[in-house]
Amino acid sequence: MTEAAVCPVPHENRVHPLGAPAGFEEAVSNGPVKMIWPNGVQAWVISSYAGVRQVLSDRRFSAMREGGPEMRTEGEPILGLKQPGNMNSMDGEEHLRLRRPLSRGFMVKKMNEMRPRIQQIVDEHLDAMERHGAPADLVSALCLPVPSLVIAELLGVSPEHQELFQSTAREMFGKNGSKEVYDAKAAELGEVLAKVADEKRASGTTDDLIGLMVNETDFDSEELMRLAISLLAAGHETTSNFFGLFALTLFERPDQREILQRDPDRADVMVEELLRYTIGRLGGAGLARRAVEDVEVDGVTIKAGEWVAVTFLANLEETLCPNAGELDLERKAVSHLGFGFGPHQCLGANLARAELQILLRSLFTRFPNLRPAIPVTEMAFREDSITYGAASIPVVW
Amino acid sequence: MPTVRIDQTKCIGSGQCVLAAPDVFDQSDDDGLGVVLMPEPPADLLPGVRDAVDRCPAQVVSLEE
Ligand code: HEM
Ligand code: SF4
Repeated sequence: MTEAAVCPVPHENRVHPLGAPAGFEEAVSNGPVKMIWPNGVQAWVISSYAGVRQVLSDRRFSAMREGGPEMRTEGEPILGLKQPGNMNSMDGEEHLRLRRPLSRGFMVKKMNEMRPRIQQIVDEHLDAMERHGAPADLVSALCLPVPSLVIAELLGVSPEHQELFQSTAREMFGKNGSKEVYDAKAAELGEVLAKVADEKRASGTTDDLIGLMVNETDFDSEELMRLAISLLAAGHETTSNFFGLFALTLFERPDQREILQRDPDRADVMVEELLRYTIGRLGGAGLARRAVEDVEVDGVTIKAGEWVAVTFLANLEETLCPNAGELDLERKAVSHLGFGFGPHQCLGANLARAELQILLRSLFTRFPNLRPAIPVTEMAFREDSITYGAASIPVVW
Repeated sequence: MPTVRIDQTKCIGSGQCVLAAPDVFDQSDDDGLGVVLMPEPPADLLPGVRDAVDRCPAQVVSLEE
């Protein structure tokens, strides 16, 4: 066995802000390789489309990530901790018990009912951006506030606490933050949410997620709090980063942007291609699992107890679609891995899709001449989070 | 006749089947789990069903042809 290679930390090593860490693709594309993470843990990196789907759906891999490989230099990431209400690191029945009741709140038809309201929120923010005038920061004007307001409404909490929601979300996904700081934030937010939960209990509503959890599940109060906080955080930090990355991707590809502007009604399908491509291109070793027994993946035996990390580079594999390394907004949607696969596939996927579709169509229809005020390669990217994105996107129109 | 099934015991209510073939699948209002509206769909709906089989994250949609 040769020495395990050091896994490049993406934020430090990206040659282009929208591309994979230097040398990563070469290192992982010839089948599973073992790499060493900044915290000293070794993991097999799986990069084939079939291999990634296998790891994420095979019950012989556990999602319990405590002590696993992470892109974090100190301590444990909050997301990986095994604690009540953290469905992210649970397996089997324990995981289903938390996840199933919530899936009702994210049903496709429920998300479709939300669309007019999402559109209204987007339009209000586009109006404000226009009134503000160029230059504006796309992140603070649109990418961040829209998903923030939408997830607050879906949970059934008042937007007056938006600043607290956003700062807790940043701590939860932070790479360098301490568990103490997060716990303090979470306790503050927990108090707000406990009041909300009491109101829902009194009214008996099941129209929003907190109402659903309070009135229709057996979740105890700690589980309920932690779930509500993680949904708020997940709702903030993901869609906002990705919509920013979509805009940057299109700024660099006028040919693709023209396809969108010619046919904005196909934004639904285009979002799938943008997810496939932007997430795949960023590469990086994303989701971690641990083998509970020996399993063969892509021709190697992963021994019981060993860690694996799957990379989204698999989204660019030719088996998925021809010319998979290229962005092509004219192609039909394919089953990309942007939301993961298997029992942990993103719970918020249908919400994220609705938001991204409405944002994409509306932004470029409303501001057909939108362009970056500085080159994309000179923009600041967030170094402090396990969710990657631009810190700000100065635009003119 | 090709027959479509969902094994609800492992369904996670993701709705990917509904997105792939809205005429064939729905999600139950009670629990959000996938349900088959049309167990024996006509030939023109089969590509959507195959797409659902491929996309279902819990791998519980099946098509017996
Ligand atoms: C573009 C936006 C988004 C992307 C790319 C994304 C991606 C992902 C991925 C890849 C996973 C799988 C993690 C794993 O297998 O370990 C996941 C899980 C999850 N996502 Fe998202 N997500 C997005 C938006 C959202 C939103 C808006 C929510 C809202 C509430 C959300 C809530 C969750 C939750 C709760 C899980 C854990 C599910 C489980 O463990 O069963 N996500 N997401
Ligand atoms: S795609 Fe699969 S997991 Fe999702 S609702 Fe349909 S049957 Fe259930």
